[in-house]
Amino acid sequence: MRNRHLQMFSVAVGLLIVSVSSFAHHANAVFDVGKKVTMKGTVTEWFWANPHCLLRFDVKGDDGQLVHWTAETQAPPNIIPSGWSKQSFKAGDEITITVEPVKNGQPLGRVLQVVLPSGKTLGGPIGGAGGAADAR
Amino acid sequence: MTKRVLVLVIAAIAVSVLIPPTRAQQAPRRQPGAVYDFDFPGKASGPAPRRSLSGVWEFAKGGAEGIQADGAKAMPSDGKPEHELPFTPEGRVAFMAHKPTYGITQVPSALTNDPLPGCDPQGFPRIVLHNARTEQIIQLPNQVVILYQFNKKWRVIWTDGRELIKDPEQPGWKTKDGPPLEPRWWGYSVGTWADDYTFVAESFGFDDRTWLDNAGRPHSDALRVVETYHLVDADHLEKTITIDDPKFYTKPWVALDKLPYRLQSASFDIPEQECVPSETAKYNSLFANPAAGVDDTGK
Repeated sequence: MRNRHLQMFSVAVGLLIVSVSSFAHHANAVFDVGKKVTMKGTVTEWFWANPHCLLRFDVKGDDGQLVHWTAETQAPPNIIPSGWSKQSFKAGDEITITVEPVKNGQPLGRVLQVVLPSGKTLGGPIGGAGGAADAR
Repeated sequence: MTKRVLVLVIAAIAVSVLIPPTRAQQAPRRQPGAVYDFDFPGKASGPAPRRSLSGVWEFAKGGAEGIQADGAKAMPSDGKPEHELPFTPEGRVAFMAHKPTYGITQVPSALTNDPLPGCDPQGFPRIVLHNARTEQIIQLPNQVVILYQFNKKWRVIWTDGRELIKDPEQPGWKTKDGPPLEPRWWGYSVGTWADDYTFVAESFGFDDRTWLDNAGRPHSDALRVVETYHLVDADHLEKTITIDDPKFYTKPWVALDKLPYRLQSASFDIPEQECVPSETAKYNSLFANPAAGVDDTGK
């Protein structure tokens, strides 16, 4: 009986996840909306700018080769309220980053979350519907 | 088995109703230092001041309320029949020639012909129908001046009794010290008090290269914009914007419908948010162009 309830709950949660994703707003045409990729990388540049800040970082591929990624956030006024700043990153920082990648397979994406060397997590309304809606 | 499936579906619905989606759980966007209605639950405001718009105004329900990525807030470009604009044939052709990055005709940002990303003037009314941010209104004896955070712009609404220009081919003030006649990115604006708490501004004489909103809605040189500012109480102002362009739309339509603003403290400092061509160029080269599969020449 307990297993049956657990099974029912699991399915309910699964259906919930599907239903929540249906709330997703469309975003820029280039993104593979809803897909998430999490990587460990090393920051090479933090470009604090309009219309979007860019975080550039290197990720070591399975073949040992470095892949140079570029991920966008939103404009500074949109992400400052969530704790981001011009000093959030410096070259050499080891990060764990989750992005929504572009569709064409290039190492490009939209930042959903970054875990800093200190363990602090930066996120907020920077990706997906909320973030995209802020685009200039 | 059927009964079990039914129970599962009911359970799923119950869970989804009881647990709102993650996005809904996010706190409303806060402009640093600003105050919002949710900061004062249950607190009533005093009476509205008579004929006074001056102050720094931020969106009452959260800092993102003015962001209209998919087009004018009251008529977004989302494909819903109730949001279909009343285009004339000429207006529809103009709309389809625009390539916005949002809305039902969106393209990748590298392929857009939106004038804004390159830092061309967004003009009025796009300043309030796209990425609307905090505003400061300065009310003078002969003008209402509005300072806009987004791209750090400003415009003047004359209240000295002058007539709004009438000829879109030769717009300009009929004053002895008026500037040369030319259409303007920001149009020509005059305003009057309809009553002690309602200020109405009318604008005409626009440069038709600007877009109305971020979804590529067009306007012609016949565009006329009516803004209504209604003082609700001591802390609140509602803004309504109506678009009237008989060349491109068969009838006027409401683009903003009583969008509520909240008065901020006298010490509130509006942050800077500039369009920077060199930063845009770097963004395009590093991100927008490769994301769309084109090089820096757009090919």
